[in-house]
Amino acid sequence: MKIAESWLREWADPDIGTEALAERLTMAGHEVDAIERQGQGLDDVLIGEVLEVGKHPDADRLSVCQVTDGNGAPVTVVCGAPNVRPGMKTPFARPGVTLPNGMKLRKAKIRGVESSGMLCSATELGLGDEADGIMDLAQDAPTGDPLPAYLNLPDAIIELDLTPNRGDCFSILGIARDVSALTGANLEDPDFELLPATIDDTHLVELGAPEGCPRFAGRVIRGIDLSAKSPVWMTEKLRRAGLRPIHPAVDVTNFVMLELGQPLHAYDLTLVQGPIRPRMGEQGEKLTLLDGKEIEVNSDTLVISDDSGAIGIGGIMGGLGTAVTEQTTDIFLEAAFFTQDVIAGRARSYGMHTDASLRFERGVDPEGQARAIERASQLLIDIAGGDAGPTVVESSAQHLPPRDTIRVRRERITRLLGVEIEDGRISDIFERLGLAVTAVADGWDVVAPSHRFDIEIEVDLIEEVARVYGYDEIPEATAIAETPLEVVTESSVDTELACATLVARDYQEVITYSFVEPAADERISGVRSELVLSNPISSEMSVMRTSLWPGMLIAAATNASRQQDRVRLFELGKSFHGALDNHTEVVRIAGLCMGSVQPEQWGSKSQSVDFFDIKSDLVGLLELTGDLSAVRFEPAQHPALQPGQAAVIKRGDVELGVMGKLHPRHSKAFELKRDVFLFELDAAAALASQAPKAETVSKYPSIRRDIAVVVDDKVSADALTEAVASSSPELISSVRIFDIYKGPGIEAGLKSVALGLILQETSRTLTDEDADQAMAAAIKELQDKFAAELRD
Amino acid sequence: MRPLNELIETAAAEIGAAADLAALDAVRVTYLGKKGELTARLKSLSELPADERPKAGQEINKAKQELQARLNARKEALDTAALEAQLAGDAVDVTLPGRGKGIGGRHPVARAMARIDRIFRNAGFGIRSGPEIEDDFHNFTALNFPENHPARALHDTFFFPGGSLLRTHTSPVQIRSMVEEGVPIRIIAPGRVYRCDSDQTHTPMFHQVEGLVIDRGVSMANLKAVLHQFVESYFERDARLRFRASYFPFTEPSAEVDILWGEDKWLEILGCGMVHPNVLEAAGVDSEEFTGYAFGMGVERLAMLRYGVTDLRTFFENDLRFLRQFR
Repeated sequence: MKIAESWLREWADPDIGTEALAERLTMAGHEVDAIERQGQGLDDVLIGEVLEVGKHPDADRLSVCQVTDGNGAPVTVVCGAPNVRPGMKTPFARPGVTLPNGMKLRKAKIRGVESSGMLCSATELGLGDEADGIMDLAQDAPTGDPLPAYLNLPDAIIELDLTPNRGDCFSILGIARDVSALTGANLEDPDFELLPATIDDTHLVELGAPEGCPRFAGRVIRGIDLSAKSPVWMTEKLRRAGLRPIHPAVDVTNFVMLELGQPLHAYDLTLVQGPIRPRMGEQGEKLTLLDGKEIEVNSDTLVISDDSGAIGIGGIMGGLGTAVTEQTTDIFLEAAFFTQDVIAGRARSYGMHTDASLRFERGVDPEGQARAIERASQLLIDIAGGDAGPTVVESSAQHLPPRDTIRVRRERITRLLGVEIEDGRISDIFERLGLAVTAVADGWDVVAPSHRFDIEIEVDLIEEVARVYGYDEIPEATAIAETPLEVVTESSVDTELACATLVARDYQEVITYSFVEPAADERISGVRSELVLSNPISSEMSVMRTSLWPGMLIAAATNASRQQDRVRLFELGKSFHGALDNHTEVVRIAGLCMGSVQPEQWGSKSQSVDFFDIKSDLVGLLELTGDLSAVRFEPAQHPALQPGQAAVIKRGDVELGVMGKLHPRHSKAFELKRDVFLFELDAAAALASQAPKAETVSKYPSIRRDIAVVVDDKVSADALTEAVASSSPELISSVRIFDIYKGPGIEAGLKSVALGLILQETSRTLTDEDADQAMAAAIKELQDKFAAELRD
Repeated sequence: MRPLNELIETAAAEIGAAADLAALDAVRVTYLGKKGELTARLKSLSELPADERPKAGQEINKAKQELQARLNARKEALDTAALEAQLAGDAVDVTLPGRGKGIGGRHPVARAMARIDRIFRNAGFGIRSGPEIEDDFHNFTALNFPENHPARALHDTFFFPGGSLLRTHTSPVQIRSMVEEGVPIRIIAPGRVYRCDSDQTHTPMFHQVEGLVIDRGVSMANLKAVLHQFVESYFERDARLRFRASYFPFTEPSAEVDILWGEDKWLEILGCGMVHPNVLEAAGVDSEEFTGYAFGMGVERLAMLRYGVTDLRTFFENDLRFLRQFR
């Protein structure tokens, strides 16, 4: 909300400057977003009067005017504004004056005619950005007076970011109340004169939905002239609040809304058919609004109706059918109280947002309607004439918000804020805020005024104490808390360590979005995500990812397009699975490698990364769990991966994840030119661990024996090593493959595999005979299982 | 037969002149070999009268020892020279880069988050997490956002059909943790959060760290102390904070916290407050017996301030040239 400082100070004028006032407001919860200064440096701009307007001899668009500012003879001014006319009052700057935009005026010939000064537009004076000509001041503006005095300048426009709980602050009155409470400045809250009725006319109002609209004040005013102009003091206040003057009825209702916080609406009385009835809408009921938009009303929406049907949405916007125009002479003025519940969210549901809905959904004073009607009708009749009937207020007392007494305990204030505040100070704060206070033994009984409907429970009052007392005055106190120590588990590897390990292995962490493009996600994971956002940012970010890979592939492609050929990424984040009602979220660790194994360097040959490079990183990660004995890599089919270079990783029967080479057709889709290798692990399963169990290290020497066998190419390394290991489990402590050969000397479809066996016993030194026996058993096992042929 | 000292002198000269191990060995053979001069003299001792033998023997042995010592010394000198020559050939250019892979790096947001975690863990806070796809109850209702409350509209929520949503803040973890563990409780909850907003200063996904402390007698003075200490720990310097009154449905009193940045600029870094009694009751906690505070901070914001990042969006572009600055 924007308010003019000068207007605020008419209501509460603390003895502090603009900046200090802004800081007080900010610290008390009304954050000042901006301060816009206006009208500085205009002291030499006077109110001029245009006496004559003639055509410029050499320029169609220019006028040659005779202008007086009351000092000496009229002067000639060349003016390009289309709205200049004889008799007009407008800001006038003589030669020698410097305008706020830095322009220094001097006598000059414009197309051959000498011009002695300038008639000014609002833009040129820094008073707004409407520039459809020079400023058109009221006819009674005093010619020759300095413009700033006339317009109540300079001024500052304070832009406040109000919190949703303080609907009462959406007005000059509301902010002034808080300023008064915060600074001790007197609150100038005038009792506006009641405008006596000069006619008897009233218009019937029936509360058809008292739970949503428990109070409705209305007044008939006849014989007004809306072609009259609103006075400059009013239009300037409106302008500084960001509203344009329209005609007196609109201006006055806007003005009173800004001043008192109560939205008002005016109907053209001649167009209203029968009683006015606020009621809940009928589903599908049609209504054309003031802005010309046609809507179908929902049954959760409160409408204002007459015999013809809905003529407005209560508290949001009036209808076009009964709208007041400049020709209107008889009006019905409405100031209603709509509850927050019946307004909240409704404007949005129609794609609307109005000054009225903003206030009603945050709450207005349920007692403020009659006063607003009185104030508005007085102002309107002052400007536009006419006769007012009596103000009629329909209320349903049982539906108006109750005002309960709230007990606030002294001890509770101290306990919650951590500071002891004197009783006198506390009751003073309550009184300054306009609360009715009664001291009781353990604290105070408080009744909040009707405009502080946000105060409902004890803690609301404690907050008020803190806010006015000042958060900065609350000391800092370190609590000595006895907190039970948390278990530090070894049942899983700390993800920080897992990340550090990948970093040490030259992976850069990335963070990609959790929502992705549905088709890309489905292509990669083979599963269509059922978790589809109703209101995504874009279709590329519309479903929850079922894999981390699509986002990482996009990151790889982005980097590749920026001359980064070697890309090694990892991400730690969730993937999302299943249907909405019983979805699961799985924390995953995924990796991606593309390009050379090592960065380009002098000391080793450049080699493109392959399956076994990324497998080694993956195994490195899994080794953090301390036990790889049950971990297996099994050939797998995966929609993202190239057949024959894809593996599923298991520990026992538990799947830990998948890895392999990105299928070339995906490489193409992601515009990746080089081979890409990927892994993705379920973090909880993959990092499951346990505290290590120490075993005695054998003090006896080990024996190494090697075997080379020729077997079918399809026999896997795991099958061979497991067969050998199981042939003498008590003797063979490890088996490794140290060479694989295919080619000349070996029949096609076969391969030669060299195995190294480490034999060891924990209780004795092995003999050559032991070793020979173990070797014989191993060879027999290989022959039996794989028809292996021994090679020399 | 020449005198022994003459023999030693000649031999010493020959040893000194031996340019390599072969030449040196030839000298050794000449004097100490089976047919060497000294060996021959030892053999011919028997030809001497018995009373002269011990003395002559002694002298020959002494000469032999001396020769051997000289041979050894020369051998060592030759070995050293040979090694040195070999090592000189093995010299490397120590300025050439080392071989192998480099290291990767953490994402700056993860790095900042790990820091925040560590600071609070050291202060005895436990780390908790919760689902990112939340229900309305945990994200709003239990946190004292009534239905249709304007504060909900400020949250720009991503919805799924049927009303579940992407959590807009980490605060739902407050509710889940209090319900699961009860009180007293002292936790932080880091994680991803989502808002339907994307422009220069907003990304639709970002990270928060939530904090929650509930115990008997926890006050706003404690909250102020913890956050002040946190900020000074995180930025590794003295910091001036100001606590501004604000509004969050789930805390009361509520505050936004600004840090003094430079001479006179206040930058908002987090939101906090005393947990609202309605929230405690929603989580089954007796709000008469227990009080507590909660806070929430944007990790991207803290990372930007700490590391001098000026454009929020760069965090999620994942450009390696940007990310490598944070390893």
